[in-house]
Amino acid sequence: MISGIKRDHLRFKQIVKGKIKQNLKKYITQGELIGRQGKDYVSIPVPQIDLPRFRFGSKQQGGVGQGEGAPGTPLGQGEQEGQQPQAGNSEGQHAMEVEVTLQELAAMLGEELALPNIQPRGSGMVQAQKNKYSGINNVGPNSLRHVKRTYKQALRRQMLTGTYNPDDPVIVPIKHDFRYRTSKSVVKPENNAVIVYMMDVSGSMGDEQKEIVRTESFWIDTWLRSQYNEIAIRYIIHDASAREVDQATFYHTRESGGTLISSAYKLCNDILDREYPASDWNIYAWHFSDGDNWSGEDTKLCVDLLKQQLLPKCNQFSYGQVESRYGSGQFIKDLTENFKDEERLVTSKIESKEAIHRSLKDFLGKGR
Amino acid sequence: MRHVLPPNLEAAHSDIKELAKRYGLDTFEVVFELVDYDEINEIASLGGFPTRYPHWRFGMEYDYLQKSYTYGLQKIYELVINTDPCYAYLQMGNEIVDQKLVMAHVYGHCDFFKNNMYFGKTNRKMLDQMANHATRIREYQDRFGVEVVEDFIDVCHSLDNLIDSYSRFIAPKDTRQETGLENEIEWSDDGPRKLLSGPAYMDRYINPQGYMDDQKRKSDESAEKAKKFPINAERDVLKFLIDFAPLERWQREVVSMVREEAYYFAPQGQTKIMNEGWASYWHSFLMTQHVLNDSEIIDFADHHAGTMGSRPGQINPYKLGIELYRDIEDRWNKGKFGPEYDNCDDIVAKKNWDKKLGLGRQKIFEVRKLHNDVTFIDSFMNEEFCEAQKLFTYGFNRRTGQYEIVDRDWRKVKKQLLFGLTNHGQPVIKVENGNFENRGELLLQHQHEGMDLEYEKAVETLKNIQIMWKRPVHILTKYNSQNKLLSFDGKEFHEKDA
Repeated sequence: MISGIKRDHLRFKQIVKGKIKQNLKKYITQGELIGRQGKDYVSIPVPQIDLPRFRFGSKQQGGVGQGEGAPGTPLGQGEQEGQQPQAGNSEGQHAMEVEVTLQELAAMLGEELALPNIQPRGSGMVQAQKNKYSGINNVGPNSLRHVKRTYKQALRRQMLTGTYNPDDPVIVPIKHDFRYRTSKSVVKPENNAVIVYMMDVSGSMGDEQKEIVRTESFWIDTWLRSQYNEIAIRYIIHDASAREVDQATFYHTRESGGTLISSAYKLCNDILDREYPASDWNIYAWHFSDGDNWSGEDTKLCVDLLKQQLLPKCNQFSYGQVESRYGSGQFIKDLTENFKDEERLVTSKIESKEAIHRSLKDFLGKGR
Repeated sequence: MRHVLPPNLEAAHSDIKELAKRYGLDTFEVVFELVDYDEINEIASLGGFPTRYPHWRFGMEYDYLQKSYTYGLQKIYELVINTDPCYAYLQMGNEIVDQKLVMAHVYGHCDFFKNNMYFGKTNRKMLDQMANHATRIREYQDRFGVEVVEDFIDVCHSLDNLIDSYSRFIAPKDTRQETGLENEIEWSDDGPRKLLSGPAYMDRYINPQGYMDDQKRKSDESAEKAKKFPINAERDVLKFLIDFAPLERWQREVVSMVREEAYYFAPQGQTKIMNEGWASYWHSFLMTQHVLNDSEIIDFADHHAGTMGSRPGQINPYKLGIELYRDIEDRWNKGKFGPEYDNCDDIVAKKNWDKKLGLGRQKIFEVRKLHNDVTFIDSFMNEEFCEAQKLFTYGFNRRTGQYEIVDRDWRKVKKQLLFGLTNHGQPVIKVENGNFENRGELLLQHQHEGMDLEYEKAVETLKNIQIMWKRPVHILTKYNSQNKLLSFDGKEFHEKDA
């Protein structure tokens, strides 16, 4: 049993996590967590959880200070910073920021949206080799020298040869005694996944729409990361033509011009063919657009591409239609009509930030 | 977990102990323990005590300290608790000069704990008492469930500033007696009391109309008063709740424990400036006069300055305290006090005033015995001091959204400072009536002194009081100079002008 402060600390963390769970919906829709992401952690600002007390409103509370300056000299913005905590009577008014691992966050998301775990396709087909330094050898580079084993060996030799004197325990290893670590290759089955994000950056996609896409993709990443060992992410933007970009460009580019969705699908298909063979990878493709494709002809092209190329390769192909101020196009309708019974194609309409919560459930609820 | 001091620190300790004694510091036995940063954070988050009852707020404090330490924002140098013997903690890995500084500082604190009259009634065996509380609360948790007990402690903590910090110096009173419920109040139905008169015709001379009216008013008033309880408003809200709220037995016990601990910590809040000032005065004196060797002087100066430094818009209790003690010492050494000095109009003469009395040291020892922060500032802060220390008042400017320097007038500085210290910066709240509207509802009154309560917190706190009182609760306060009555009846919250 743990006692004392560790238990209190654990209890505190539980309470905080409870708070996060309570407010998860808010975190999901407001996209507050993006940019707070480290390698394994997300730091989450938690609403003040200290207990209420009768106390004075801070704005009216003037005070006494010390230092230079004529009346009217500003002392700095807003709230004062806390003083050093003093034994016993410090109040502890600090804005809380709590670090949660991505795993935990994904677990909370899964619980909140009741998401099923993904059964990876062709599970364990991919074999990864890893080097583990678990062996010992008597040759090797100096950087891998195992000091303890070396001295043990030297001690053993000295005792055998009778040169060891317990009163003057000096051990001198000779070349023969040196031991080195060696690596062994370990084969491990791995489940890898690739996500291809495609986004329409034509003139009708405004900042708000991009924000929605960004928030969605953050949660999609978080969820899929919790399900696979390794995740590769690729970004494609398109208007009338498509190109591959890095993450920053993906979220910040804005172009004008028409929309040819097929261009993106083609590029996506090329990338997959070239780098991610469907036999080795779990493939996810996400496309966000406002649904205004240029022509019916292009839409037909898209449908063909999906049917023949993309869908057979993907675990799931998802299409999210974001409503822009020009309204919402009819691409989503075209897709649903053409793929009525196709389980691998998921469409979702995201009218506003509030809908992110529901659309995540649409996308991830299939467990594919 | 605890470690004995290594020989070099032990030697430093006995030096400092000897010096402290030589200069008249009168302490309990001081026990230093060497702990690592994790342990010191742990102890600090438990308010200085190694064993407290389980509660998440200690964990929260620990989380904060731990992170601040990890990111190098702050670390705790010194931790001392008011017990007999006096326990103090040194952090492992600090430089030896820091350890000496802390030891000297701790001797200052310890002398203060022992001698300042506001600590006179504190429980010096609090270490044991805290451990007892911990045991009992754990028992309750086993019996009634962790969350049930924890939730109730939350409620108690939310009210633990509603005590009467000064009541410890008044003979303990039994509130039950004072309610007047048990004692029959003298009150008759025969109307106003008359003076005895002889013949009936004399009656209107002996008991004239004006006198009779007076009598009637008095008896009406006392009848009114009899309905109200407590007869006099009660500052110790927790005590009132313990006595009269319909609590279960274990709950009553928990409130008592929280209250007891709140009273234990209260004098530390009342003497922050004096206590830190006193300890700083002594570490500075002992270190520079005796303890330091040549190689340590720069580090000492650096760390001492770090402790004394203040940012604009903040009062550093260490700095204010030490400067005021030094000022008092200087004034009493030179005889700069009394009517002769006060009535002197010659600035130059005042400045060069020196009667060579040498009473300074004696005076500050007396001050540390008799005063708390409020009386300390009130009695000794004067114009020269405010000017020399460059003190100012500041306020929030709504137009610019910034805090700004408002004034450097010493009277205003002093007034503002005293205002912030009264009731250690907490609002004064009293139980006005435990039978409000004759319906067993609880009426609290906020004694408004120019600052409004924070609205959201007040509402939430009110809800917590209702959890204890069970019947509807009210608080009378002011917002923007308008009297307001905030009420919570267990389901809904109401607010109306009063």
